[in-house]
Amino acid sequence: MKIKNQNRIPSKYILLILIIVCGVLLGAEQFTGGRGPLRLAASYTVIPMQNGISSIGRWMGDLTDNFKTLDELKKENEALQSKLDDMTIDNTRLRQEQYELERLQELYKLDQNYADYEKVGAHVIANNGTNWFNSFTIDKGSADGIKADMNVLAGSGLVGIVTEVGPNYAQVRAVIDDESSISAMVLSTSDLCMVRGDLKLMSDGRIRFEKLPNNDNKIEVGEQVVTSHISSKFLQGIFIGYISEIEVDSNNLTRSGYITPAVDFNNLQEVLVITSTKQDLLNSSEEGKEE
Amino acid sequence: MKRRIVTIIFIAAAFLLQSTVFGRLTFADVRPNLMIVVTASFGFMRGENGGMAVGFISGLFMDLFWGGLLGFYTLIYTVIGYLNGTFHRMFFDDDIKFPLVLIGISDLVYSSVGYLCLFMLQGKFIFSYFLGHVMLPELVYTILATLVLYQVILHVNRRLEAEEQRSASRFV
Repeated sequence: MKIKNQNRIPSKYILLILIIVCGVLLGAEQFTGGRGPLRLAASYTVIPMQNGISSIGRWMGDLTDNFKTLDELKKENEALQSKLDDMTIDNTRLRQEQYELERLQELYKLDQNYADYEKVGAHVIANNGTNWFNSFTIDKGSADGIKADMNVLAGSGLVGIVTEVGPNYAQVRAVIDDESSISAMVLSTSDLCMVRGDLKLMSDGRIRFEKLPNNDNKIEVGEQVVTSHISSKFLQGIFIGYISEIEVDSNNLTRSGYITPAVDFNNLQEVLVITSTKQDLLNSSEEGKEE
Repeated sequence: MKRRIVTIIFIAAAFLLQSTVFGRLTFADVRPNLMIVVTASFGFMRGENGGMAVGFISGLFMDLFWGGLLGFYTLIYTVIGYLNGTFHRMFFDDDIKFPLVLIGISDLVYSSVGYLCLFMLQGKFIFSYFLGHVMLPELVYTILATLVLYQVILHVNRRLEAEEQRSASRFV
């Protein structure tokens, strides 16, 4: 088996060849945009293994949950019960307003801006292994109808956006990632701003917002920020988080500050993927107009 | 053949651990870089070609699942594997300090190139933050992880080498 080949290629040249291969791959990405067969091969080898590991992790997590004491559970139950009461009151009030809104919208012949989006649940099976970015892999892919640019939620808040799709997995870039940038608006005043992830804030799970116009609208800490209607990739009105700090920029024209997201990015296990993209909605509304 | 399978298992295990288990075992909000430990160790244990091959495969794994551009991590890891391979002649397997230093330097090189290409070139001049909160914690944690992982790699490598020598002498 170990026959030394006398005229082997020196490793210098192999290195050179590999560097050229990498260069070509880097360049080819510009034109092909996808990873094609490589991605396919990876998705049938790595993803099942990640699935396995994460399901063991989930099982162990459930196991530790079982050891919670009765006292803790009682307290939690009480807190939840009171929250539920508040919610019920809120809900009835909101429902009344909803009926009123629908009636008025009908009068004005306005389309519903955002109905209930259809969602698919998925498990988070792996994170980004580098310390630079915050993205993760979920266990649903194109076979389950997931497409790139679909919005991802957890609980009530926005988590991120699908960037890549394989047959049985999808990659999601979190909103706290350094490369993430979302057009958002303050719910109460409808002022637009940009919400950007930042490496410096990633570890505390906060995000920064910028370019909020410094107009007469008074915006206070604790107000809600949602995705805006002008975003080309994010559906309108998805809850991002609460403003935790706000200050006027030195140019006196804009305001900026920090947002505490509605989602805890450290313990993300299950997410919901909205199965319609903004582009779908735009296309369907355009078709509607042509008819 | 057996060596190849074992090597691939090592790369896959490091990749899976880093992306799943160590995501929960972060320390100062960083996780250790096991891929660099595997790449560098195989580099100085097996020479330039071995290091390059391991680096190429590790980098490809990372590019496919963690990266933005295909080929970026592959390039860094291939070169790191090769450079570690050039120290093959100075490597004696009873000394732990030398591998630790090499792995540490490899991790620093990887982080610096990452900062340069992925942050600085985008106009994010946050080097002091990056150094203090990402690079150095990662270095420390990686070295801690090396103390365990390296022993495993070393042990397996010794057994494989012994086995290869035995089968070679049997045929001669």
